[in-house]
Amino acid sequence: MSKSARDRVAAVPQTGEDRIAAAFALRRGRAALMPYVMGGYPDLPTSLAIGEAYAANGADLIELGVPYSDPLADGPVIHAAGTAALQAGATLAGVLEVGEALARRVPVILMCYVNLVLARGAERFARRLSDAGISGMIVPDLPMHEAGEVRDACHAAQIALIPLVAPTTPDDRLTAIAAEARGFIYVVSVVGTTGERPAFGDHVGGLLARVRKRADVPVALGFGISTPSQAGEAADAGADGVIVASRLIRAVSEADDPAAVAGELVAQLAAGLIR
Amino acid sequence: MTDFSPVVEAGVEHRFGPYGGQYVPETLMPALAELEAAWVAVRDDAAYRAQLGGLLRDFAGRPTPLYLAERLSELAQREIWLKREDLMHTGSHKLNNALGQALLAKHMGKERIIAETGAGQHGVASATACALLNLQCVVYMGAEDIRRQAPNVQRMRMLGAEVVSVEAGARTLKEAVSEAIRDWVTTVATTHYIIGSAVGPAPYPALVRDLQRVIGDEARADLLLRAGRLPDRVIACVGGGSNSIGIFSAFVSDVGVALIGVEAAGAGMDSGRHGAPLTAGGRSGVLHGSLSAVMQDADGQVTEAHSISAGLDYPGSGPQHAYLRDSGRASYVAVEDDDAVKAFKEVTRLEGIIPALETSHALYYALHEDGADSTLDLICLSGRGDKDLAEVIAHDE
Ligand SMILES: Cc1ncc(COP(=O)(O)O)c(C=O)c1O
Repeated sequence: MSKSARDRVAAVPQTGEDRIAAAFALRRGRAALMPYVMGGYPDLPTSLAIGEAYAANGADLIELGVPYSDPLADGPVIHAAGTAALQAGATLAGVLEVGEALARRVPVILMCYVNLVLARGAERFARRLSDAGISGMIVPDLPMHEAGEVRDACHAAQIALIPLVAPTTPDDRLTAIAAEARGFIYVVSVVGTTGERPAFGDHVGGLLARVRKRADVPVALGFGISTPSQAGEAADAGADGVIVASRLIRAVSEADDPAAVAGELVAQLAAGLIR
Repeated sequence: MTDFSPVVEAGVEHRFGPYGGQYVPETLMPALAELEAAWVAVRDDAAYRAQLGGLLRDFAGRPTPLYLAERLSELAQREIWLKREDLMHTGSHKLNNALGQALLAKHMGKERIIAETGAGQHGVASATACALLNLQCVVYMGAEDIRRQAPNVQRMRMLGAEVVSVEAGARTLKEAVSEAIRDWVTTVATTHYIIGSAVGPAPYPALVRDLQRVIGDEARADLLLRAGRLPDRVIACVGGGSNSIGIFSAFVSDVGVALIGVEAAGAGMDSGRHGAPLTAGGRSGVLHGSLSAVMQDADGQVTEAHSISAGLDYPGSGPQHAYLRDSGRASYVAVEDDDAVKAFKEVTRLEGIIPALETSHALYYALHEDGADSTLDLICLSGRGDKDLAEVIAHDE
């Protein structure tokens, strides 16, 4: 982070971008820890409690998923959680209330499929996020050349539109994506959907370096990180942030007291990142 | 009709008016670019065309006949001409697309094919093309469709394809497409996804249309030769919209020819239990990679479709259809389950042709609704109905 950015952080961060920058700058571990919570899973109050447990146990930022009927980028665990959340009556409005409450504790990044954004209208959607104090948005089915309208709306509302890059992304696209990136760049560690994996491949260090060379925002790694040692390896491989989702959602689905279990797992992940 | 300028002659369109686009995970973007480049390279390549043309003729049985259905004509009080895609190998128009794309996959050096299927016709067509060209084939199919289209499941397996049952959601076509896309996100380096209709991210809607256009080109030339005129109306059923866009494309610049797409009204448009997003209108939305007419709730969650016919049981539609609708060049209507079954039986008894339940929607519309100002209808008989016998018998009971 540049010196001027640090000065802005010292004041009260106003924009989503600034809040995200501050969270990365002031992170406790070697990489910022960003656990994922599915809004409304298993129900809205419990998902809020899970997010609060994340915040209390070392999360630097929280990724808040909006359940969606057709989540093309998600593997079976998150897909099933989204379906269950919708069946339990989760709505966008309810999930945004969870986001608003969590945003009082840590910066919140919304993970949301594009049709939900378009249905409300990109401008209204971004303004609503801003009103809720949400800092950024990730839209997994909105590649950069389709993002114009959503990007403009996010910019106007001071919401960081965080792009994804994949192992398949060629250099010229990477350069273009990095140039438009706000908040951080989300590096997808695998060719595939979300889900736990025994190990991430040797390509990850190279991929992170390719992104880093072009980026002037932090670079975070996600998809397939599930254990404290994997989180540590991601930091060693050069990630400024790590995102953990399916492992936590699976724990939530199996637990009698989801918030306690999720909080404990996040504490372990944070320990894996200790300097 | 407004100032409509035909777009179907153009190259690989990414947008049809506001519709279409590429709303997919970043992982797939290079594969879509590769596919588009490969298609642009082979579509005018003499060797590819000769190979595909030869297979369509000698393997698949093209050109398919154009048949003047005398007894249906008597019933409707106008000439009814049927474009007999049911007589093509594997029993539907789907093989036009599957053969073309499987050959394209060969050119791209991909050895594994995935496909989704609703009625099973596209799955059978893909499994057939893969058997012929020695490609590995995996077909995603909703569990409910596996139940109601059992004969096609057996055919696919006999042809060497792996049929994967999809248990999510309503366990029908929408979920099968989603699951195929998830597979592709994971296997994109070695795998080509043969999408079965004129839907999906660009370049698929244009690619599938180009491969299905042979239906309209043949029918138009044949009709001019035999009837000495163009039809007043061209009528086709619309699931994702591939047989319809295939036959419409040849007639788009014939401004006097009405183009009518028939969707599934299911249990009735008012019930909300239908598969007719183009007819229902409302806000457009993104499903399976493109912006088009979509059934959705206020938040933007895509809702479940309902139709007795698995091939029309889909809440989305091809983006070019949404554009043809908005521009006024084509119109879209919907026919209910019971009426489709009625036409299924009628056509079977009157003509000795068992039509697919999908096609039966278009047949019902032509035979029983509107039409006073038409003296000649051309209907795309998109497939045969052997696969539907059990479903129709069960419907009666
Ligand atoms: C015989 C037949 N007709 C029509 C359809 C609907 O598809 P499309 O609208 O792409 O032609 C299907 C799909 O399964 C089919 O099997």
